[in-house]
Amino acid sequence: MSTYTPPLQDSTFVLDQLIGLDQLCQDLNLDEVNSDLAGVVIEEAGKLAADVLAPLNIVGDHNGPKVSDGKVLETAGFADAYQQFVENGWATLTGPEAFGGQALPNVLGTAVNEMWHSANMAFGLCPLLSQGSVEALIAHGSETLQQQYLPHLISGEWTGTMNLTEPNAGSDLAAVAAKAVRDGDHYKISGQKIFITWGDHQMASNIVHLVLARLPDAPAGVKGISLFVVPKFLLDEQGQPGDQNDVCCISLEHKLGIHGSPTCVMSFGDNGGATGYLVGEENKGLNYMFTMMNHARQSVGLQGLSISERAYQQALQYSQERFQGSNPDGSKAAIINHPDVRRMLMAMKSGNEAMRALALSAAADIDRAHHGDAESKKRVEFYTPIVKGWMTELSQELTSLNIQVHGGMGFIEETGAAQHYRDARILPIYEGTTGIQALDLIGRKTLFDKGAALTQLQTDIQATVELLNSAKNTELNALGSKLGKALSKSQAASQWLLENAASDKQLMGNVSVDNLMMMGYLTGGWLIAKSALLADQLSSEENNYGSPFLNAKVATADFFADHYLPRVGQHAETILSGLKSTFAIDIDLL
Amino acid sequence: MKILVAVKRVIDYNAKVRVKTDNTDVDLTNTKMAINPFCEIAVEEAVRLKESGTASETIAVSVGPKSCQEQIRTALALGMDRGIQIETEDSPESLSVAKLLAKVVAEEQPDLIIMGKQAIDSDNNQTGQMLAALSGIPQATFASEMKIEDGKAVVTREVDGGLQTVAIDLPAVVTTDLRLNEPRYASLPNIMKAKRKPLAVKTPDELGVEMKQHTKLLKVAPPAERQAGVMVNSIDELLEKLQSEAKVI
Ligand SMILES: Cc1cc2nc3c(=O)[nH]c(=O)nc-3n(C[C@H](O)[C@H](O)[C@H](O)COP(=O)(O)OP(=O)(O)OC[C@H]3O[C@@H](n4cnc5c(N)ncnc54)[C@H](O)[C@@H]3O)c2cc1C
Repeated sequence: MSTYTPPLQDSTFVLDQLIGLDQLCQDLNLDEVNSDLAGVVIEEAGKLAADVLAPLNIVGDHNGPKVSDGKVLETAGFADAYQQFVENGWATLTGPEAFGGQALPNVLGTAVNEMWHSANMAFGLCPLLSQGSVEALIAHGSETLQQQYLPHLISGEWTGTMNLTEPNAGSDLAAVAAKAVRDGDHYKISGQKIFITWGDHQMASNIVHLVLARLPDAPAGVKGISLFVVPKFLLDEQGQPGDQNDVCCISLEHKLGIHGSPTCVMSFGDNGGATGYLVGEENKGLNYMFTMMNHARQSVGLQGLSISERAYQQALQYSQERFQGSNPDGSKAAIINHPDVRRMLMAMKSGNEAMRALALSAAADIDRAHHGDAESKKRVEFYTPIVKGWMTELSQELTSLNIQVHGGMGFIEETGAAQHYRDARILPIYEGTTGIQALDLIGRKTLFDKGAALTQLQTDIQATVELLNSAKNTELNALGSKLGKALSKSQAASQWLLENAASDKQLMGNVSVDNLMMMGYLTGGWLIAKSALLADQLSSEENNYGSPFLNAKVATADFFADHYLPRVGQHAETILSGLKSTFAIDIDLL
Repeated sequence: MKILVAVKRVIDYNAKVRVKTDNTDVDLTNTKMAINPFCEIAVEEAVRLKESGTASETIAVSVGPKSCQEQIRTALALGMDRGIQIETEDSPESLSVAKLLAKVVAEEQPDLIIMGKQAIDSDNNQTGQMLAALSGIPQATFASEMKIEDGKAVVTREVDGGLQTVAIDLPAVVTTDLRLNEPRYASLPNIMKAKRKPLAVKTPDELGVEMKQHTKLLKVAPPAERQAGVMVNSIDELLEKLQSEAKVI
């Protein structure tokens, strides 16, 4: 069984050095929050993640939830773990103080969430979805809804879900058909939702479903969808869970991965209509979903890092225990001494550190954007599809490498390596597929603003290239030249896209995923190179990290530059081809 | 009732211990440090006594350089009320620590002092005993169960032959064994509160203790590395190896 060790030192390095947590907290007027506090928070959360949640990961994989009589029974042990999670206050971390939250910054919440998902991604989905419903209610809920639901959701006493998908409405939510009918001060909701994560369970005393549905007189398409709160148990006079609402889970899906997370088919209104309460105004539901999108999508991107980190730790351990072949001196070699195994480990390590740098940078920009910083808001918009799309795609490769490091044992289920690989497979699908992220990045985020946000990012990357080039350390100069080369190749491709794709929808679609991946490797490569620069500066002063860690940072960035940055050029080349033959063959000849 | 708990900063029990290349000491640079697990049990016991209403105030003391404030903060995050750091160089020896603690005991007048039976770094198992002697108060070591009844501590001790229960007058020193309790995880609200809890810093000078070193660390060596196993072809070969190589029979 694989254990989990929270990556405290790297998280702290990224938070304190790359992000500049102390400065960020001052800018956000969070007087009481600083890097010392953040260090304790991460360390203590890490203990619960490693000791309580991580051992349940494989249990959930083997013994998924069961449904009987419309009730979902979650994996044994999950309820106790959830209880402990709630009692220790972890659900409250980023919630606003007015509703019982600790009001800590999103970037710290993100560093902590990384650990929940590494420890147990199937479990972590439950609080992740609650955070989503909290955000929706804060942004768009009426005062009454906020008073009724937020304190319980933020404490974790109740959990939340997102009920968007229907059999005919997946990527295309405009096709949502669930019905909502006005009924006095509330609505009657009916219809079926599919693939609803943690749609039912017994770990909390109530479940707050956020449901997209359509009013009878609503306009067709995107402009006719409304968002509702549908509690599993209606609230009584005291605001406590009372009568069962007309909603239940009618079956559970059998899945490739995340077996510990119940994926429910939800039926609303089998007995006349589930009572629902409108969030915000009628017909604005999809807009509301969009305002929450950055956080939700970044959370899933983060899961890509989490699962890859867990896979890396397992590979690192196994590679030191498995002996095959011999060392130059004739002794039996642990496989970690073979160059190709070491390459795989470095690919995982450098990929993870680049992802962590990106995930936390993007999370910090969400904090700045919430605080009113317009530049950060644009950067968040630009980063979100990259965090979601690139990180979850990279996690496919990295969790697969873990299996490869294990050889045949990796293919055997008992080893547990296969679980991470299977679990990771959902990540590029839910919360908007890679294809959808790629269209978002190339369309709304790049062509729509005529490359303004992109140019700003390129300028920032160029600034780092110059700092690297003028550094005293020759390793950094080399890094600067590799990053500079990747940047200019990407710039050529981006420029070509700006000139040619805006008027050509098909071209845009053909190369959208190449554009997404190109931007991912470039941004990841930039942030890990920037980390190397900071590590090099720190090594000449007194610091808490020590030279082995700081030197490793530089070497890891260098590996990333050699192993991954050339992919920027490859994707750029594909973009410049326009992938013209994508539609060259008729469907019947495919 | 006032409870004083001593906490020691030691290498985290999960961390891999490295020996310095010149064999002068264990290499602690950038290794993860934590509260000594036995001290954590002492903290837990104090916090439980506070929660049950038996104790009114709980104080965590640590002796060491500024870095040991981290462990005091952890104790505060676990629920202790306030902290005292006594600023010294790294690794003062047990007698010096006991003398410093005795001064704090004299100042604070706690009714109960709970300490770990030993620290996992130096494994000395003596500071609690020394403190009790220096303060002239009773002691109960290796506690696996403890109750406060009629102004006495009733302590079940883990002794060689089994369990021994003693009742000692307060104030007293109790040292914890592993089975006394299972320490909790720090909760987020308590972590947040901890940063507002008072933490006083004192020096040996202020306490009137002269720091002396009676022992000298001569050499630290890592345990011999485990040799790889071999397959034997027969029982005879096994017996022969057990006799001549392993020398166990
Ligand atoms: C385990 C699991 C948990 C889930 N949890 C939830 C949940 O809690 N709540 C919820 O509401 N939903 C949930 N979902 C649903 C999930 O968000 C959708 O499955 C996802 O958005 C994709 O929709 P779809 O399955 O209909 O695929 P489709 O939309 O049919 O997509 C199929 C393929 O077509 C591509 N495609 C579709 N449209 C376009 C386009 N316009 N341009 C280019 N390519 C396109 C896609 O990229 C994909 O490759 C979950 C799904 C799973 C499997």
